[in-house]
Amino acid sequence: MTKTLITIDDKEVEAAEGMTVLEAAQSVGIAIPTLCHNEKLEPYGGCRICTVEAEVNGRKKLVVSCVYPVEQNLVVRTRTEKVNRVRKMILELLLSHAPDSKQLQDLAKIYGADKDRFEKEASFCIHCGLCVRYCAEVKKKNAVGFINRGAKREINFNPELAVKECWNCKECFPLCPTAALQAAYVFIEAQISSTPSFEFEKN
Amino acid sequence: MNNERVDQIIEKHNGEANSLIQVLLEVQNENRWLPRQALERISEKLQVPLTRIQHIATFYKAFSLVPKGRHEIHICMGTACHVRGSQNVLDAVKNLTGINPGETDLDLKFSLETVNCLGCCALGPVMEIDGQIHGKLSPADTAGALKKYE
Ligand code: SF4
Ligand code: FES
Repeated sequence: MTKTLITIDDKEVEAAEGMTVLEAAQSVGIAIPTLCHNEKLEPYGGCRICTVEAEVNGRKKLVVSCVYPVEQNLVVRTRTEKVNRVRKMILELLLSHAPDSKQLQDLAKIYGADKDRFEKEASFCIHCGLCVRYCAEVKKKNAVGFINRGAKREINFNPELAVKECWNCKECFPLCPTAALQAAYVFIEAQISSTPSFEFEKN
Repeated sequence: MNNERVDQIIEKHNGEANSLIQVLLEVQNENRWLPRQALERISEKLQVPLTRIQHIATFYKAFSLVPKGRHEIHICMGTACHVRGSQNVLDAVKNLTGINPGETDLDLKFSLETVNCLGCCALGPVMEIDGQIHGKLSPADTAGALKKYE
């Protein structure tokens, strides 16, 4: 496999072709924050917290490191002022959805993000897609999915599958950066058990 | 819509998963909404998980997971129609049908939706019913237009 030579934070890094910038950074111990990334899953690029500055042919631009492939002579900077500013903003926006998320609060401390900057719209889910993708890609059960779009998007358990599969799995719970996932499942559980004759209307 | 008809539509598209949206559109057009039993059938035949189909069916406005009326009313609330009085048209339709945007009446006669531009601003305020354009409407014209539909 051909090697690609790139520079990350003034460090020369030899990356394998097809690697993402995030993987290359991790291979030499440079930490980039991530929320929606998980090695077991396909790259997704949903949360944008892993944004870094990349310089190609003398031009600088912001790229999403968990999906951006390495290329020869790429120069990456992971902690510039601009990057920090972008991450701070992303965190403030996400915190308006999930103000109590420990993971977000920890990052907020690092980047000086103010969790009260934006009005709370506590939907709790930050749409990282970890639960949905884990269930589809690793467990191949598709018990949980997204519904709707834009500001109305939310996760949704398929009740019939949830009773069958989720009780014994729950592997997606610890992946969630907020508590939304567990809450959604508990909710569906409660719905199912409170209506013993629960059956979806067959239209 | 019965399963045989759903199967026919699926077959027309050779049962390929990448025709999912086409299949959904055809069921939607014929049946005016997507019943759960049809989605389950499609999921089984095309081998696409139900949660995925649900995501797609709730993503596009063209699909409905609840029954729709025989006639679909779209009232344009875009800028041009707005300044030409689309709110009065909307109010008149709401009064006459007794439903709000996004709803369907009990007799399944009308469904009402507001849209942001129908592309014929010069005709504003515009109302479209089943694809037919009614332009330059006054609230009184609106009532007249609705009467034509059974
Ligand atoms: S429920 Fe949690 S894991 Fe699932 S998409 Fe939302 S934030 Fe991510
Ligand atoms: S970790 Fe890269 S976009 Fe979420």
